[in-house]
Amino acid sequence: MNRSAASLGRIGAVARKELVHLRRDRLTGGMVLGVPLMMTLLFGYAINQDVRHLRAGVADLSGSQAARFLVADAQATQVIDVVRQARSVDELAHALVAGDISVGIAIPPDFDRRRLGGERPAAQLLVDGGDPIVLGAARTLADLPPDRRFAPVAQHGAVSAPVFELRAYYNPERRSAVHIVPALCGVILTLTLVLFTAVAIVRERERGNLELLITTPVQTPELMIGKIAPYVAIGYGQMTLILLLGRFLFDVPIAGGLGTLYLAAGAFVAAALTLGLLISTLAQTQFQAFQMAFVTFLPQILLSGFMFPYDGMPAPARALAQVLPLTHFLRVVRGIVLRGASLGDVSGEVKALLIFFSLAFALAVLRFRKRLD
Amino acid sequence: MTNEPAIVARGLTRRFGRNVAVDHVDLEVPRRAIFGFLGPNGSGKSTTIRMLCGLLTPSAGEATVLGLEMPRDAEKLRRKLGYMTQRFSLYEDLTTLENLQFLASIYSLPRATARARIGRLLDEFHLREIADQRAGTMSGGQRQRLALAGATLHEPELLFLDEPTSAVDPQSRRDFWETLYSLVERGTTILVSTHFMDEAERCHELAILDRGRVVAAGAPEKLMREIDAAVLEIEGAEPRAARAALERNPAVRSVAQLGTRLHALVDPQLADPVQSVADALRAARVEGHVALARASLEDVFVAATRHAQAGQDA
Repeated sequence: MNRSAASLGRIGAVARKELVHLRRDRLTGGMVLGVPLMMTLLFGYAINQDVRHLRAGVADLSGSQAARFLVADAQATQVIDVVRQARSVDELAHALVAGDISVGIAIPPDFDRRRLGGERPAAQLLVDGGDPIVLGAARTLADLPPDRRFAPVAQHGAVSAPVFELRAYYNPERRSAVHIVPALCGVILTLTLVLFTAVAIVRERERGNLELLITTPVQTPELMIGKIAPYVAIGYGQMTLILLLGRFLFDVPIAGGLGTLYLAAGAFVAAALTLGLLISTLAQTQFQAFQMAFVTFLPQILLSGFMFPYDGMPAPARALAQVLPLTHFLRVVRGIVLRGASLGDVSGEVKALLIFFSLAFALAVLRFRKRLD
Repeated sequence: MTNEPAIVARGLTRRFGRNVAVDHVDLEVPRRAIFGFLGPNGSGKSTTIRMLCGLLTPSAGEATVLGLEMPRDAEKLRRKLGYMTQRFSLYEDLTTLENLQFLASIYSLPRATARARIGRLLDEFHLREIADQRAGTMSGGQRQRLALAGATLHEPELLFLDEPTSAVDPQSRRDFWETLYSLVERGTTILVSTHFMDEAERCHELAILDRGRVVAAGAPEKLMREIDAAVLEIEGAEPRAARAALERNPAVRSVAQLGTRLHALVDPQLADPVQSVADALRAARVEGHVALARASLEDVFVAATRHAQAGQDA
């Protein structure tokens, strides 16, 4: 009869000790409340399947009043914001490749005649098919009711074709693998690379190696670069593996140049590794480093445009997303792999990644002291 | 070479919050000698060593090491300093050879020099047979030899050894000290911390640390000769009773039992300490033979730390 009481006592002792650990480890204690709070806010803001305010461009070659009404109607749905006027369909397509817009409205010179004829769609809706949610949103535009302000349309109402012909670029068959695999490349690299370096310095601290290392002539930047260097090669290896799997298992074509992709990916790999390194200089134990890395993962996955389109998120979430390396890399990798973008097309994103790398590296070097106090 | 002291410290102090770990320590460590820090755990030995190699910033006071001001010039000291940490700090998943080769590269030793020195160290420290063994699987003595080899690989002028023999058997400890003497012969200055009396006795000079303060300093023989107490040995059939009698006596500073004998430190001001103690025993009706004895380093240590305690309580 006493055995179960003794057992309960021992369970209680272990549980109480566990609570003491939790209370003494401020970071873990903070995560008890911090993580649910932060994640709920992020999820609440970011999960938005009802996408609005997609950036759009218009190439109006007809110059007709009806075309202007059509664009105004499309804007009135709030699904798109017209941010760009193009002079030709080519220019529109190029803006789409560069990722400046995700929807293009091309209005042909004979728009009025087509509209009145009613046999063919009067205009084209060019959509970045790389993102199924954007594609879905664009489809609601294509379903716009025929313009009521023009009586002639009403006369032909029964037989009229839809106003827009939808043309999904880059993924005409609308397969999700085409959309997912390149982005997955960025997500997987983030998950692995950040963890590699997040434990890099804190592990030496925990094992006592650091006390010796900081009494040697090794300089802080040398230590940091040496810690990152091998993982750059590993990152490239992982990326190659994912792209090969995508190509041969999921039939994901690579539209752009491989050289371009590898060059641009270097900036991302460096940024992700340096984020890990920065975590490693902040954490006191490997466990804390894991926790901190985890805290950076969820926002990257939720806000980067991997799960939900960047354009659909509210301004604060977008602002946060701009700070995250994955956001920029997703634009790079989708641009190059799906849309065949050139290095010039994605140079802005690469620059952002390089800035992130430089700042995080400088911070990590500053945070790391060759001292114990 | 210069005959200036290798290390000069004045009023070196380090506080951690309200706790004073090192309290106004003055040091002068001569070159080409083994200087020992003797003290119990928590007496400030490691903290002092860390301040001397620039790893910790002193809260007050100053330290000059090989003519370099700490911690300002810590980086300039790196190549001249070898540091063997209290805890094994080489890489456990690297082999002996890999660890040494790593250090050789960190210290930018030319390839040929590195190969020659590593070869010599493998022989000198008997590491040849464990050259390809990972450090994590080694015994305490093997690790310690590897750590010392690592600390001396770049032939530093100054070597800091923080409790180097705490995980090592007596035979390895003797061999270890032989190596230290040969390093000194080649011109190295060594600062070693320990809590072993026999080890402290092997040092050329000593500083006894107690609760962050230097309570006695000098050559071990001099410290033993000039001990501030009379050392007595009492032999008798009832050591426990004798001890109780002595502890009540205000002139007796400390009593320790060594088997059937008692070892007592007595106030040196007494005219005839042997007679006084014998009288005290007779008064308590305890039998015992009292004689003067030679002071050991432990006696010096006990006398010095008791003194400090008494001074503080007063």
